[in-house]
Formats: sequence, C-alpha cells, structure tokens
Amino acid sequence: MAKDKLLSFEEAIELYEPVLGFEVHVELNTKTKMFSDAPNEFGSDPNTNLSPVCLGLPGSLPVVNGTAVRYSISLGLALGCQIAETSGFARKNYFYPDLGKNYQISQADDPIAFEGAVEVELAGGDIVTIPIERAHMEEDAGKLTHVGGATGRIQGAEYSLVDYNRAGVPLVEIVTKPIFGAEERAPELAKAYVQTIRDIVISLGISDAKMERGNLRCDANVSLRPRGQEKLGTRTETKNVNSMRSIERAVRYEIQRQAAILKAGGTITQETRHWHEDTGATSPGRPKSDADDYRYFPEPDLPPVQPSAELIAQLRAALPEKPAVRRRRLMGEWGFTELEFQDVVNGGLLSEVEATVAAGSSPAAARKWWTGELTRIANVEGREASDLATPEHVAQLQALVEAGTLTDKLARQVLEGVVAGEGSPQQVVDARGLAVVSDDGALIAAIDDALQAQPDVLQKIRDGKVQAAGAVIGAVMKAMRGQADAARVRELVLERAASL
Amino acid sequence: MSEITPELVRHLGSLARIELSDDEVARLTGQLDAIVDNIAKVAEVATADVAAMSHPLPLANVFRDDVVGEPLSLEQALQNAPDAADGRFRVTAIMGEEQ
Amino acid sequence: MADLTRLTAASLAEKLAAGEVSSVEATQAHLDRIAAVDGELGAFLHVNEHALTAAADIDRRRAAGESLGALAGVPLAIKDVLVTTDMPSTSGSRILEGYMSPFDATVVARARAAGLVAIGKTNMDEFAMGSSTEHSAFGPTRNPWDQTRVPGGSGGGSAAAVAAFEAPLALGSDTGGSIRQPAHVTGTVGMKPTYGGVSRYGSIALASSLDQIGPATRTVLDAGLLHDVIGGHDALDATSLAESWPSFAQAAREGARGDVLKGLRIGVVRELPDSGMQPGVAASFRASLAAMEAQGAEIVEISAPHFEHGVAAYYVLMPAEASSNLARFDSVRFGMRVTPHAGATVEEVMSATRAAGLGEEVKRRIILGTYALSAGYYDAYYGSAQRVRTLIQRDFTDAFAQVDVIATPTAASTAFRFGEMVDDPLAMYLNDATTLPANLAGVPAISIPSGLSDDGLPVGIQFIAPARQDAKLYSVSAALEALLQDKWGGALLDRAPRLGGDA
Ligand SMILES: [Mg+2]
Ligand SMILES: [Zn+2]
Repeated sequence: MAKDKLLSFEEAIELYEPVLGFEVHVELNTKTKMFSDAPNEFGSDPNTNLSPVCLGLPGSLPVVNGTAVRYSISLGLALGCQIAETSGFARKNYFYPDLGKNYQISQADDPIAFEGAVEVELAGGDIVTIPIERAHMEEDAGKLTHVGGATGRIQGAEYSLVDYNRAGVPLVEIVTKPIFGAEERAPELAKAYVQTIRDIVISLGISDAKMERGNLRCDANVSLRPRGQEKLGTRTETKNVNSMRSIERAVRYEIQRQAAILKAGGTITQETRHWHEDTGATSPGRPKSDADDYRYFPEPDLPPVQPSAELIAQLRAALPEKPAVRRRRLMGEWGFTELEFQDVVNGGLLSEVEATVAAGSSPAAARKWWTGELTRIANVEGREASDLATPEHVAQLQALVEAGTLTDKLARQVLEGVVAGEGSPQQVVDARGLAVVSDDGALIAAIDDALQAQPDVLQKIRDGKVQAAGAVIGAVMKAMRGQADAARVRELVLERAASL
Repeated sequence: MSEITPELVRHLGSLARIELSDDEVARLTGQLDAIVDNIAKVAEVATADVAAMSHPLPLANVFRDDVVGEPLSLEQALQNAPDAADGRFRVTAIMGEEQ
Repeated sequence: MADLTRLTAASLAEKLAAGEVSSVEATQAHLDRIAAVDGELGAFLHVNEHALTAAADIDRRRAAGESLGALAGVPLAIKDVLVTTDMPSTSGSRILEGYMSPFDATVVARARAAGLVAIGKTNMDEFAMGSSTEHSAFGPTRNPWDQTRVPGGSGGGSAAAVAAFEAPLALGSDTGGSIRQPAHVTGTVGMKPTYGGVSRYGSIALASSLDQIGPATRTVLDAGLLHDVIGGHDALDATSLAESWPSFAQAAREGARGDVLKGLRIGVVRELPDSGMQPGVAASFRASLAAMEAQGAEIVEISAPHFEHGVAAYYVLMPAEASSNLARFDSVRFGMRVTPHAGATVEEVMSATRAAGLGEEVKRRIILGTYALSAGYYDAYYGSAQRVRTLIQRDFTDAFAQVDVIATPTAASTAFRFGEMVDDPLAMYLNDATTLPANLAGVPAISIPSGLSDDGLPVGIQFIAPARQDAKLYSVSAALEALLQDKWGGALLDRAPRLGGDA
C-alpha cells in the first residue's frame, strides 16, 4: 500500500478548518445479552455464552433486556438528551459472518435518546460543548479471527473463525452532530470527548468501559473545509480506534492526510478508513456494496419501548454529578496541585484514581501508581493504563507496601505480574514468592554467613566503624534476592556483629 | 410498466446473497414486473395521514429481567455447523471490510 | 377393536382416560395408518421413531395414577416449520435438510408436557411460502379427496394428515391462510388464533408480524382442545399476549348446543361477492348461512372497502419480512453449504449455497422483499403496505361495531390441480384474498367444512372475530358444525374416497 502524503499539522490547520463527528459504541455491563438470557461475559471460551438467539437459530426470537433499556435511558439523560416517548427497534440488514441473523437489531428513526450536549474539558480548563444527535440501543456482533496469510489481517487470510460470544451484547451508540471550532485542538478534543464519555459511563456504572476489550469504541469522522468556505468538505470515517491516544493520533493523521490531498488539488473520497496502531496510519476500508442499503424496517418481533414519565424522573434523580462538577469536587477532596490533577485528567485516569481511593488507598499513592508505573508500562506496551490493572488491585498493592510486605521495588515487580494477568497482588506475591523476608531466622543465617566470609569487615564493625556494615548488607540483600527490608538487615547485622 | 430491469434484479440478488443465472434473472424480471405493477396500487390507497402499523396488536414495554439462563453447550452450538475448528465456526476467506 | 384412527381426538382421549385403550395402541394404529397410506399422500417428512417410547411413558404415568392433561396419549402431527429436538426440522427446504434443533418450539414443548405424542413432522411449502405444498423441496403432498389435486398450503401436510386419519391432531402455522386454506380444500378444521395468542417461539419465521401457530383437526372441539394446550403467554415471544384465555374446548362444547346462533349477527362482506367465487363454493357458503339463519342468526351485509388491497399489501409485507428472516440461512452456523470453487470467499459461498438450497418461489419472494425494502422504495411499498394494514384494521373495527362475527368462504375455489398455478404466481397470490385480511389485522379466524362443491370437493366456511375473541369462533363454528353434521348424518370426511390402505 502506497504511503499517504501528509501536510504538516500546523499548515493543515492554517489552510483548513477541521470538522469532527464521533460515533461511540458503549458495551453495557448487564448480566445478560440485549435480546436473550445468554451471559454477557468477557473472556469465556469461544461459543460458550450463547443462546439460540445469539446464533440466529431457526425459530429463536429476541426479548429485550429491561436493564439494558434503563441503562440506555440513564446514559441518554447523562448526555443531556431528551428521551423518546416511543422508541422502536429496527432491523439493519446486511450479510456478514459475525452476525447470527444477518441483520443487526438496532434503532432507526426513533432512538431512545436524542438532542443532547456534553461538556468536555480540555487541558488548561477550556470547556467545549459537544452537540449530541442521538443515542440508540443495538446489539454487538461476534468476533472474527483471520487465519493464514502473512498479517493476520482480513486481507490475504485463508479462512476465518467465528466466535459469537460477543454477539448480542447490549450496545449504546452515541452519535454527535458535526463539531465546529475545535481548530488545532481537534485531536485533543477527540481524545477528551471519548474520555468524558468514558467517565460518564463509569460513574453511571453501566459499562466496564475498557477500550482494550472493546467495551468502548470510537469511530471518528473528519472533514476539512477551506478557510472561509461554508459548505462542509467530504468526510472520512475512521474505525478500529481502540485506545485514547490512538483517537488523538488518528484524528491528527486524517487532518494531515486530507489537507495534503486538498492542497494538491485532489478530492477526498467518502469512505471508511481503518486505523492501524502499528503503523500509526489509516488505510481505506473496502467499499462495501451493501453499505448504502441496509433495508431498515421496524423489528416485528419487538414491541416499542415507551418509558413512563415516572421511570425517567426516577432515573434522572439517580444520575451521578456532571463530569465538570465531579472534577472540581475531586480536586478539592484529593488536595492535588493543579498540575498533579491535570496529569490524572489528561491520562484519562480520573475514575481509576477515584476508585482506587474508594478501595482504601491514599489519593497521593493512587495518583502515583496510575500516572507513574502503570502509565509507563502502558506507553511501553502501547496499551491503556486503565486496562492494565483494576483499582482494587492497585489499592491492594499499596496496602502491601504500607504493611511492609513489599518494598517499592518489589511492588513494581508484583505490578508487572498483575499486568501480565497473574492475578491479584497477593496472588502474585504468593506465586512468585516476592514478599519481603521478614523471618529473622533466615536473615540471621544469611548475615552470619556474610560476616564469617568477611572477617575483616566483622572486625571493623566491632571496632565501631558502623559504616563498614554496608558491604555485609549488600551481600545479604543479594543472597535474599532483594526480598529483604534493608533497614531491618542493618539492625540485625549490628546485633550479630556484637554477639558473634 | 414498472422499473424492474435485469440489472436491478441482479443487484437485488447480490444484496440478498443469491447467485442468479441469466435465465433466472430474465424470468424474475418479468414476474417481478407483473407483481410490482400490482402492488404499486398500495401507494395509491394509503395516504400519508394514515398511521403505519408495524405490529398487529398494540403492545409496548415487553422486557426480560436481566437474569442469566442456561447457555447452549459448545456441542449444541456447533452441532449443525457445516465447518468448525477450535470451538469456532469456520468460514472461507472474507476479503471484505469488517463492520 | 374399532379403528382407533377414525376417532376424534376428544373421543380417543376419553378412551385413553378410561383405560379402554393405551397410548401405545393408539400411536401404533396411527403409525400403521401412516405406513399404509402416506406413500401415496406424502403428508409426512419424518415419522418419529421415538413415538412409541413417548406413548409407553404416558401409559406408565397413567398407570401410576399421575393426573394427566386432557389429551394425554393422543398422537400429534407437527408441521415441519416448528423446531423439534427429536426430529429434523427443515421447513420444507433443502437448505435445512437434516437440521437438528437444540430446543423445542414452545407449542411443541407444551404439547409434550400435556402428554401428546409427537408422531411426525408434516410436509409444507418451502418456508411456508405457497398455497399448494407443491413448493416443498421434498416433493408434494396429495389431497386425500383427489390425488391429482393439491392439499392446499403451506400446511398441506398437516391438513392431509388429519383428513387421511394419519393423525387426529396437527399443528400448523398461518401467515396468510396456511392453516385455513388447506382445511378448506381437505374438509378439515383449521384455526388461526389472535396474533400473540399462541407463542411463535420455535416457529421458523416467515413473516413475523403475520405468523400465528394454530391447530389443524377434524372437529371444532378437537381444535379447541389442542388450542387450550398450546395457547397462552410465553415469555420467550415478546409479541405474546399476557392475558389469560378462557377454555376453547369449553367454548366449542357450549357452542355445539346451538344457543349461540340465536340473535348472532353474522357479517357478510359486500366486497367479496359470490360472483368472485366458484359457483359450488358460493352455493355451499349460502347454504351454511341459511342454516344458521334458520336457527335465529341474523345475516348483515357489511362493507370492508380496503380488503381488496389486502393482497397487494400482503405481498409487500410478507416478502419484506421474509427476506430478512431467511437471511440467516447462509451456510455459516447451520444448514447446507455449497463451495462453488476452491478459494471462494464467504460471499461467494453464501450466494452459491442460497442459489442451490432455496427453491424458486423462495428466491422470488426474497428478491421481491429485498426490492420492497431497498433504499428509495421503502416508503412507496413497505410504508404504504403498513398503512393499508391500518385501513384494513379499521374496516374490521367498523364491521365489528355492527356484527359479532364475519363469515366468508375460506377460499374462492376448491382444490386446484398440481401445476395449475405454478407458472402464474400472481394468480396464486390472489387466491389468498379471503384469508389474509385476518393476518394483516391480527384477528382470529377459523375454517370449518361447509359441504361439498358441485365438483365433489370440500368447501370451507371462514369465521372471523375481533382480536382476543377466539372463544367466540369456537362456539359459533361448533354450532354450525353440529347443524351440518346433523344434516349430513355424519362427518364430511366420511364421504371422502377410501385410500389404498383402507380395507
Ligand atoms: Mg454507526
Ligand atoms: Zn452501531
């Protein structure tokens, strides 16, 4: 594939005004699927979370998950939307092997929520209002694995395998109106918008919101128009963007790519583009012959949803505070400096720190773990910090440090184990045998060995040259493979030197 | 005369994933044309002020409790599969765009 | 012992309950009958090899003093549109040949729970598309009255099975008349309940907003007994009505006494004139009306001006929904797979499979439905058809303000010959004009035998009631059934020609 020509971002913005639009899919964390009682569970063996409905088996019929409807209404309200008095399901017809029925049950003309607005805070505290067009309910598709061929990608694959566990997982798709005026902060705004949606669904408790697992997925629409032109430019829709930093990069890339084409006098093709995390570039998706004709029609198997005013009032009353209010409150509660707090916000780690504090950690320690070691690992691995560990695990890790079970250095090793999926910090400590050796007997044996191996040092200590103890402490720490508390070793060395 | 052409029938066949022979296209073009002329009458009777009826009886808010049921066993899930591997359904190359 | 296959389900059930016969004996008698006559008729696609085991289990439970359902031990034939765990379910299509469902349709599960013995799966037009059962991928079913003629469709197998005494009871599905029209041409009883009155879960969907499951039997009482077993709310079908229903068997028994006809207002549709019917059909219809009038019923002409658009609306809605419902037959998770050449893509495999696995009528309707839904045509076709549906429902509402039930001949003509309609789909579609308004409006309708036409073939009369008043249909049609059987001196089916298996 030919490499795209890119204009510098600065020149692109000078010449063109970027117009953005987002479609964010949120997977709801209900116990069962949208239209059947099959488990909605991540990480199970392939094709074990299925009901006849998930496979589209002959004769199967969908029934709506009432909890998913309530979650969707709550989300709509949190997005400042109106809730439809009557909202129906519709079939979106297209053939694809990850769809059990070869239609997706979605919503067409009458989404559950419409006409809202979300305030997004940029670094430095500027607030941008993002207009929301609609939020509608639908079901997720299954998962394809492409086998054979060089890349594991769909192109060139020999065959594909289908796991329908994800098929039928409840989704809410949030669609924005065109967003103007972002200018050079368009990439940052894209990221901040998705972070805000993430904060909202987490505070509502309606999604696990792990981008890495696809709980939260963003399609970014980007178009450019020459300065002073009213008519919107042709847009592209970039899919497959599954981390916060990728959203920022993908939007920046599309702006630079489209600007280069426009500046050279070319035209933008309206198309779906795919983001490639590895190359940091987008590539055109295959134009699909069916894509323009989904043959929507009202889902005859499902009666409409008509939420009562009472239900809406009840869900509205239960909404968590607005993101901006919440930020101000947390900043006050945690006592962070402006800079420390921005660090957390920009890392998209507000909910993680909050949950870690709730799980018993001090705000300072929670911030330190999330913006420090976890962010470092995330950058190295090209993942999201929030996907690496749970707040409960971080709080437990910090508790182990404070109890003296782990040194800082050991704690970092334990965290690596947690990130590698070896279990909770305590499980990693047990499995890897990483705890500080607090058994004095074992330490004394090692100290006695070290002292006897270095009689001159022993003599110096006895002579009162306490700083000579360093050589013995080093040897003991080495013998204990670092799993000893250095201060305790020092105490014991002095004691043993006096008594030997 | 309605607007049914062989090209349209061929396109419909591809949307519906049904490979049609030239004979079938020709036959369906004629038959569809007659049927479509007949059903075009529906547009004349039903004026826009009449509500569209998608469900024969007016139900609303039919919901299921969010309680997990017994899922199909893997064996049941795959028992009718034309091809399967590694506990999954196997299909030939897709070479299309992922949704 | 008297021939057990000639008994109605109600009297067989009485003998079973009284211990006069066992379910094994009754089931064996029907299996023998199937073995004797089904080679000619082709009503069954599959005969249940587990039927005698199920029958023996019922006998054992009865002997143990367990309290069993009213129909326990009675054999039941099941239209192949309904999925079953112990027999293949094909919906008459090659693409589903050998398909084994991991679950039973709700109506099948309820029938089993009530002790009915599933005796086999009956033939049908492929995916219930047709009025003749000629469109089954596995060969036609023949009409027991005249084997050169069709048994109606799509449920020709179920109707022929009960008409030929291969089973006392059968299940059918009715999207535009598929239970009632076969009843009409085979001299049997077929009931389409109120939409939502019987669960659709496990019925391989043709058109979801039109499909209903119902009984195919030889008597009104038998239909009521079976309806009592299969009906009622099902949480697995979101369009299932939550209310409780009266006993339909009770309604039939009360109706048979005849009082219901006194003062009953029966509507006759002006827009379905006798001139549109085969003369023998019209004559039989008029004779039935006269018989009821003589018992105190009042015949009232009503107008249903939009019925004439029903066929056009139906042939938009049904193919549109079907094109979507049948998209799942794609060779990925179940069913046939045809790989046209090495290295074929999924799209090519799907297209080749559907080309090979679906019959001509199915393809025609899928293409038609795809067209009706596709961009630019939706409003003109699907949208308008849904509005016609509203107009037809208003016709019914206006009519039922004046009358208690509406009566029509079930179909305009008696059974046609094989091949007569195959090349003219439009003519075949127009043949459904009398039955499909009830599907479009969701109201209940029943067909019972009204006599023979001058060609010696059976004719049915259809009664239609307001939504949820299925019980009224049972009482009214049981009343007419009693009158006519008095007049005939027995059941209409007694006049059917003897089949090869009959001594
Ligand atoms: Mg979308
Ligand atoms: Zn979507």
